[in-house]
This record gives sequence, C-alpha cells and structure tokens, in this order.
Amino acid sequence: MTTGSVGTSQPRFGGYGRVTGRQRYLADIHLEDALHVKLVTVPSARARIISIDASAAKEIPGVRLVMTAADLPDPMPRHGPQYQDRPVIAVDEVKYHGEPVAAVAAETKEAAEEAARVVEVAYEELPAIVTVADALAPDADLVQERSIRRPGSLIDSNVLCEYNFGWGDVDAAEADVVVEGSYAWPAQTHFAIEPHGFMAAADEDGIVVWSTIQHPYQLQKTIAQVLDWPLAKVRVIAPDPGGGFGGKQHPKLEPLIAFMAVKAGRPMRLVLTLDETFMAVRRASAEIQVRMGFKRDGTLVFQDFANDFLVGAYGDTGDRITAKASWLSAGPYRTPSVRIRARAILTHTTPTHPYRGFGIPHVGWARESCLTEAAAALEMDPLEIRLKNLARKGEEHVPGDTPADGEWEQTVRKAADEIGWGTPTPPGRGRGLAIGVKSGPTTGLSYSIVRLLVDGSVLVFSGTSDMGQGARTIFAQIAADELGVPIDQVSVVMGDTAIVPFDQQTSASRSSVLMGNAVLFACRDIQAQVRGIAARSHDLDESEIVVDRGTVQLPDSRLAIVDVVKAGLGKLGGELIGTGEMRKDAVPEHPLGGTASFFEFNCTAVELEVDEKTGSITIDRHVTVGDVGLALNPIQVKGQDDGAAIMGLGHALMEHIIRDDSGRVRNVGAIDYRIPTSLDLPLELESFMIENADGPGPYGVKGISEGSLLVTAPAIAGAVTDAVGVVIRDLPMSPERVWRAMREHS
Amino acid sequence: MNDTVHITVTVNGEQRELDAAPHHTLLDVVRDDIHLTGTKECCVVGECGACTVLVDGRPMNSCLMLAVEVDGSEILTVEGLTDPDGRLSALQEAFLTTGAAQCGFCIPGQLVSAHALMAAHPEPTLDQIQEALAGNLCRCAGYEQMAEAVFMAGKEGDR
Repeated sequence: MTTGSVGTSQPRFGGYGRVTGRQRYLADIHLEDALHVKLVTVPSARARIISIDASAAKEIPGVRLVMTAADLPDPMPRHGPQYQDRPVIAVDEVKYHGEPVAAVAAETKEAAEEAARVVEVAYEELPAIVTVADALAPDADLVQERSIRRPGSLIDSNVLCEYNFGWGDVDAAEADVVVEGSYAWPAQTHFAIEPHGFMAAADEDGIVVWSTIQHPYQLQKTIAQVLDWPLAKVRVIAPDPGGGFGGKQHPKLEPLIAFMAVKAGRPMRLVLTLDETFMAVRRASAEIQVRMGFKRDGTLVFQDFANDFLVGAYGDTGDRITAKASWLSAGPYRTPSVRIRARAILTHTTPTHPYRGFGIPHVGWARESCLTEAAAALEMDPLEIRLKNLARKGEEHVPGDTPADGEWEQTVRKAADEIGWGTPTPPGRGRGLAIGVKSGPTTGLSYSIVRLLVDGSVLVFSGTSDMGQGARTIFAQIAADELGVPIDQVSVVMGDTAIVPFDQQTSASRSSVLMGNAVLFACRDIQAQVRGIAARSHDLDESEIVVDRGTVQLPDSRLAIVDVVKAGLGKLGGELIGTGEMRKDAVPEHPLGGTASFFEFNCTAVELEVDEKTGSITIDRHVTVGDVGLALNPIQVKGQDDGAAIMGLGHALMEHIIRDDSGRVRNVGAIDYRIPTSLDLPLELESFMIENADGPGPYGVKGISEGSLLVTAPAIAGAVTDAVGVVIRDLPMSPERVWRAMREHS
Repeated sequence: MNDTVHITVTVNGEQRELDAAPHHTLLDVVRDDIHLTGTKECCVVGECGACTVLVDGRPMNSCLMLAVEVDGSEILTVEGLTDPDGRLSALQEAFLTTGAAQCGFCIPGQLVSAHALMAAHPEPTLDQIQEALAGNLCRCAGYEQMAEAVFMAGKEGDR
C-alpha cells in the first residue's frame, strides 16, 4: 500500500511552473503602490563621506524619499549573521566598492535611477587594503574602527579572528620526507542567474519583507532586531530563489528597504542589477601554506596548515567559513599530528558570504595539490598515497569529531575505476584525482507541520527554501510514502514565516537530513494518531496495531492509513495534524560548537589534455563519485552533482574577481567574469553515487549538493601535471596561466 | 521622455496595440506592460540569455532591443510554448523528464532558444544543441540535462 516514491526520480515539484514561465520569482511579484529603489554608490573601495546633497535628486518628479545615514537611528543599526557590524547604510566611511551610501525611492524605476545619479556625494578616497599582506602590515590602517569590533587582543589589527586547531605534536613528528607549498584561491562570485531582490511593506500590523533569501527565519530575526519590533510583527515572504549557491543566505539590503518602507509609509521594491549583485556578495579568497610529512612508504606523519582567508570589510560569515573549513584542513586522512592556524582577515572588499563548499574547496585545493606533489616526491601513485592514509569507516580523521561515516574507500575506488586509473593513459593526456570531505551542519533546528486532510490529501509545511535542489519534491516523497497517499495528492508549502514553522536555514546540504527528518517525524506523529483512531474504531488495544509506511496493520487485516482516517474523522471531517522537530544540538566544548551531522564525501577524477600552444585545457572525461547514503530522488541528485561539477570547473578554470590597486572590481558581468556555458563542458561528464543507507537522514540519506565541486581544481591540477609536467598553485588555471607555467617549465 | 510610440505587435499569437516609451526595451514592455513575467531579467546587456524571446522566429536578447523596433513583428515568449489549455509542448515535457529545470530561472530563455533551434532543425544533433544554447547561462549548470531534453524532443517530434 506504500506508494514507493522514495528512491525514485519523481518529477520535480514546481517543474511545471519552471518550464511554462509561471513560476513567480521575487521580481515577478507586483506590489501595488510600490516605490522603486535605486542605490547610490561611489566609485571607490574606501572613501570618507564628507557630505551628501540630495536636493537635486528630490527635485526629480516622482522622487519620494532619499535615504542616507542621517535618516537612520543614531547609533546606526548594524546587523550580521555572526558579527553585528554591517551598517544598514554606509556611515562616515565606505568600506568596499559598491557599498551604498544613499538610496532613492521614486514612483518609477527611471525616476529612481535618474535621481540616484544626481545625488551629490562629496567624498575623499582613502587608500584601500585589498590583500592579505597589506592588511597585516605593521602600519596598516584598520579596516574596522574599534567601536564595531569585538573586544579582545585582535581589536587593533585587521585580523577578525584567529583559530588554532590540531592534535599531536607537529614539531616533534619525525618524517622521512617533507613536502610543502603555498596555494592561492581567488575571490569569486556566485552569479545566480536571478539577481538579488527585496521588497517591504509596513503598516500598523507590522511589516512584510519579501526577499530572494535562502534563510527566511534569519531575515525575520534581523528585521525584528534592527527595527526593534517583535518577531510576530515581521513576516518574511521568500519566493523560491532563482539559484542561491550560498550567496542568498543572510540579509544584506533588507534592513535598508525595511527602514525606507517604514519611513515613507509606502511599499519599497529593490531588484539589484547583476552588476550590483557582483558588488553585494562574493566568496572568500585564501592563501594557504601547507607542509606535510611522510614516512618513506607514504604514511602521513603530520600536516601543518597556515590558512589566511581574506574576508572583506564586515564579518558576515567570514569567521565561520574560516573556522569550519580550516577545521577539516587535513581532510579524510589518518594523521598523527596536525597543526592548523587559521585567520580571517578584514580588507576593503565586499563582505565574504557563504558559497557552495563553505571554504572546503580552498583548503582542499591546498591539501590535495600538496598530496599530489608529495606522491611525486615519494615516487608513489597519487591514488595509492591517498588510499594508504584514508580513514576507514568508524575511524576518526579529526579526533573528537564524528568518525568517518561512510565506506569512503568504495567511493575512491569507484572514481579510480571509472577514470581508468592504472590503465595506460592515451598519448598527450594526463589523469588526476582528488578527495574532498566537508562537514555537514554542526547544529540544526528544523520544524515541520504535516496535515493529513479528510480527503486523503496532504499538506507539508517547511521553512526550507527550494532554490533548485528540489527540496519540495523530496519532502513530498517522504510524506507520500509515510502516509500512503499518491504523491500528486501532496502539496508542499514553503517560503512564508507567517505560515511555515521555524527552520534554522537552508545551507550546508542539510535539508534532506534535518528538514527531511522533521517531515518524517511529523508523519510519524500522524501515524501515532492513526493508531489511536484505529484502536478506537476496531476496539483494539494500541499495542495490537502497527502503523508504518502508509498502512495500518491490525491483528487480522491491513488497512490504508487514509481509509482509517476517513472513517475515524466521521461526519464533521477535519484533519490530522502532525508536528516534527529535528534538533542537532550544540556541543559547547567543541571548537566548532558541534560535531558534523554527516560528511559530504567526494572523489573527483579527470582525464584531460593541454594544448601546448595555448595552454588551454580540454577535459576528456570528468568523473565524480559521492557518498550520498541514499538518493531520495536520483535524477535530482544527478542534477546537483553534475551542476556542482561544472560549477567547480568554472572555479578551477575561469572564474576570479579582478580588482584594481584601489580595490575597485573591474570585471563585472558575464563576459568579463566568465562562468561555464554549454560549450565549456567536459567531453564526458559522469556522476556516480555510493548508496549504503548509512546517513542520519530519512532512510539513511546524507546531504549532497556540494560534494562534486569540493576538489575539482586539485583533480585538474594533478592531471595537468601528469600531462605536461607543470605544477599550478594559483587559480584559475586559465590558458594564460598554464601557458606561462609551461614556458617556465621548459 | 514621457512621449510614447504606438506600436502593433503580435505576442504569442495575440495582436496587441501598445504605447511604448521610446527608451523602453522589449524586455521592459514584455514584463512590465504586457505582464508576461516568464521572460527573465538578469544582466540586461545581452550576455546571459535569460530574456531570450523570438522576434519573427529569431532568438533575441529582449534586453537589447527597443520596444519600438519590434513594431509589426511577431514575438514568442515562453508563455507561448504552452497550449492555451495549459498542455506542455514536447520540449517542455522533455525538460521535466530529464530534470533540466532546477532553480528554473534561466529555463524560459533556454526553452525559447531551443524552440528556435528545433524550428530550423527538427532533429538537432548534440553539437547543434550546445551551440544553440551557448548564449543561455545556467548556473545550476543543467546543460547536459537540457541538451538531452532537446535531443529527446527532436527525436519525438515537437508539436
């Protein structure tokens, strides 16, 4: 009687809207009477604001409000997911290129744009700090004034935070061979095809904020804080984002729009241009130094990391990315001694925001590249050195954290087999392979409500954002199977804090596991109620009844849940309401505040050739294998895996934000900042899943969605070395960089 | 700038008389005046393909054309791919079958580009498909699923 939809490629919920143009993204929502907002910026990464004269702007017909710091409470309200240091609008000083200093609201988009151009900002450009070296210079200016820093020993430096992790004794470790290198990861941008957008409307009942945000409940909290209003007076409506990739996790300009809506008494609408989105959000860059010590046979003796993440002008999530990624610097390997010094460094650049992989690609690039170089130094096979040190299931790769939670060797061997590792490489080609591991969420809290209606249809309420990963579909699959209803009788409601219960966030590939469990528990809550109904209806003791996967097993018969409920609810009808809570509690003594709820484990292997005349790389075959626990919906898993692999190719081969010496971003837009197109794909791309049902989510699922981009770059770099002998330690591996390296090599 | 220009266009088979601002793009008019919001706005400089529509059968970035330029033209937007009764075309069905639509934001542009390709080449090769869709960025990178979908629809015969 179970519908058996879990584990099958059910059609995407919301698919119809997506192929017909009927899906309503934020910019498609028309708010009656809304004013159009345009931001005012100065062409400088750091500038002292002397004065702002809006008189000419206010003369433009249709302009209703020009908002500057002077129009906001003093002291300026500040917000941020970790550090409450980001002002609602720049005050006194612009700290990164694109930081808004004023905002204009007008009856039409044109009037707002015209007025924004004539807001006169008098400013003095100041020297901007844009590199790690500049930020750490002894006489460096401080990016943040003391008043917005946390108290502590770092307050008079540009180091936002510093972590020292490790175990064993690196200095005392005796290695036969030591290999070291410095590896750099450039700043990149998310480039969701949907630019960020925000709307707000306030009245005497409270405020409604619409946003492309991934975490509606974090936005609710932020708006309540900056306005000093109760949570219940702040409603966040979060339509499905048109791609997030981490860039839409936390609030950015919503507080500004909220203040404007309150001040003007009119709804506000701000949809960023792509250029503005480039300025609003980016990924951290990093400089990572690695030393690795080995026994002659390739056994790891120590790993020693110095990780400097360049995180921008405000804290945002830079601290957490630095800490969480660095914690796993040493990867999935057994290492007796590990030392990790990690710093997040403030600069006059766009605040660092989470980005698919959350810093793990940066440390993975360094570690896996160094490991490939070590294999060469030890005259070992790059696969063999990895397998020799790889933690097996149940072994701790990071003492005190969750042990290896999968058959990781199986994943690695699958990737090796699929790339033909060990077979002769075709002439002119090279192969490379790398292993990535990322902690899933370390804490989490998700609630779900599931309502089984009298006609046997089901409503699932979830605070998860469906931004392409297909969360709606899998929650529907779980509910359909647990309650025994056809999946087309299930609706999933998301994206409105006035309707769906609290969810911490949609990030870290958590939703299948954490919200998935919350949905499962809500269905089990209904199953428990059904058991009671069945006992009463059939004059049985509850202990004689088993309710499972859509069926009610009585001593002498088997019924469908839906039939029991229809009969039990009687003439008045009604419904059964189930609630589910999934909590992953903090571990206060853990340096990250909690252990990994699971690991995303991936092995990527490539075979490629390098054009010796141009340095251009052609990927002949690209294989990624992920340990997914169980694929709730295989086609969706494949979509995420293939997509992440191609995004990883972009990061490895073409993407980087270019700044001039003054810190201005020089390459905004799709031509100057290249992302992969349909013509940039590997000649063959295959994603494979390892399924052992050994994850903590429903039916053994683990999180996916990030795995396939964790170590794309080091797999490619290893293959480039194999093909043409050069070692690349900087990204992207553009034709020019590879060509120059080949020229120096010869 | 407040003067408007009267234009006549046929959008998804329906003739419309419009007063368009001379500086408004076709994208502005499609989204804001005709309220067909399936066509998406991203880069507005012709680099991403999200706003692709057909103008007299040719795929165009609607952000790069002024509305007054399409006076007398036939426009097809993503909404026009679906039957009036809401039935999907074989191409749309194939996008769902292969899982090509993830976040979905680029999909209208992809579908319109693919539709134009199939009008010229009813059974396109994979190379032709990837070339035809090269101007439509997808950050979910469902490129292979999209190519597979177009290929599949070509084999089945688009309605």
